Amino acid sequence: MPHDHHDHLSPSGHPYRPDDDHPLTYWQQMEIAVRELLIEKGVTTAQEIAAQIDTMDARNPSHGAAVVARAWTDPDFRDDLLQDASAATREMGFDIGPMRLIALENTDTEHNVVVCTLCSCYPRNLLGLPPDWYKSRAYRARTVKEPRKVLAEFGVTLPDTTTVRVHDSTADMRYVVIPARPAGTEGWHADDLATLVTRDSMIGTGLPKSPDIA
Amino acid sequence: MTKNTTFDGRRWHDMGGTAAGPVPTDQHDFSLWEKRVDALMIIASGKGHFTVDGLRRVLEDMSEDAFETMTYYERWIASVNQNLIEAGVYTTAELGQRMSDVAARGTTYGEAASE
Amino acid sequence: MSERQYMRVRADMPPGHVRTPAYLRGKVGWVERTLGPFPNPEQLAYGMQAMPLPLMRVRFTMADIWGADADRPRDTIDAEIYRHWLEPAEAPHAT
Repeated sequence: MPHDHHDHLSPSGHPYRPDDDHPLTYWQQMEIAVRELLIEKGVTTAQEIAAQIDTMDARNPSHGAAVVARAWTDPDFRDDLLQDASAATREMGFDIGPMRLIALENTDTEHNVVVCTLCSCYPRNLLGLPPDWYKSRAYRARTVKEPRKVLAEFGVTLPDTTTVRVHDSTADMRYVVIPARPAGTEGWHADDLATLVTRDSMIGTGLPKSPDIA
Repeated sequence: MTKNTTFDGRRWHDMGGTAAGPVPTDQHDFSLWEKRVDALMIIASGKGHFTVDGLRRVLEDMSEDAFETMTYYERWIASVNQNLIEAGVYTTAELGQRMSDVAARGTTYGEAASE
Repeated sequence: MSERQYMRVRADMPPGHVRTPAYLRGKVGWVERTLGPFPNPEQLAYGMQAMPLPLMRVRFTMADIWGADADRPRDTIDAEIYRHWLEPAEAPHAT
């Protein structure tokens, strides 16, 4: 049966890339062979692979945004999140699997930014797969040495009175930044606040959207 | 090729603090075959056939040239495969035969992925 | 604030799979928090039985890593370092 995704939109709202009709590459040939061998050997099933893809597709920055918005509106939850971010996000109902998460809170005097210099460690079970730039040589190489220049490329300029704290995700922990709550959002409900929280603001390369333009 | 007599042991993947250009802003939507590679990694490692550390070890043992010339999930499937062979899940001969069978089905991913 | 526990990252440069970034080797920072124990990735990567090790989040100042090249000396870097890569150290500069 021919696969045809052309009538469907991907979770990002774009049409699926029509990879099915591109010339077969060596590495795609390997993926198909490995997948079939794993199914034949009883390691997995086609259904399990499809379900895992669906699970990853369902993870996206809106999950992190909901966590951040609740931390902004619920002081007890904020404390729990800073104490044990894995437990707090699970308690909210997010399926983060075995991921060990640390939440980093931005304040008037501290700005956190996350990088993985050795590979591309990312809180994928909360935010979904990382953006391509996160995996780039430039981001991995420069963020630990000149974070303010990197942030400036993302349009984030911080005052000298703010300390930048870079977190190199080298081992078993993953990190999510809790950006500072934007001014002018007093009295907002968590669902509305969540619409201001961008993916980049939870990596530390962005700030939440301003309530004026949201 | 010149001999690198100044090598200090730092490996190519260990990039922190090295010089590099602007952070690229290009972004692509993940294609089906990339999502399948991701799923195979999660499932096979989740079932104990290898570890994420094993995945990284093989990626690092690939050359810097691979980082520059292969896509992310091309490198991942190469590493997933290497780890599965090391774990004895299947043999190199089985893989070779299956890859030939796959290629014989057609010239596009869609044709080759349909048995 | 409790007294800072300073640690020097070993300056070794072995081949193989290691999760201690080269730019931090030989540098001194202080323990931000201790995590784990977690199995040693240097054994996990080769499919071996792995020894559980404490994992320390060590905080370094940009000045202590990059010296005169530091963009903003007081900005910091935190990294997770397995215990066997760390040795107790004195504070890196008189304050």
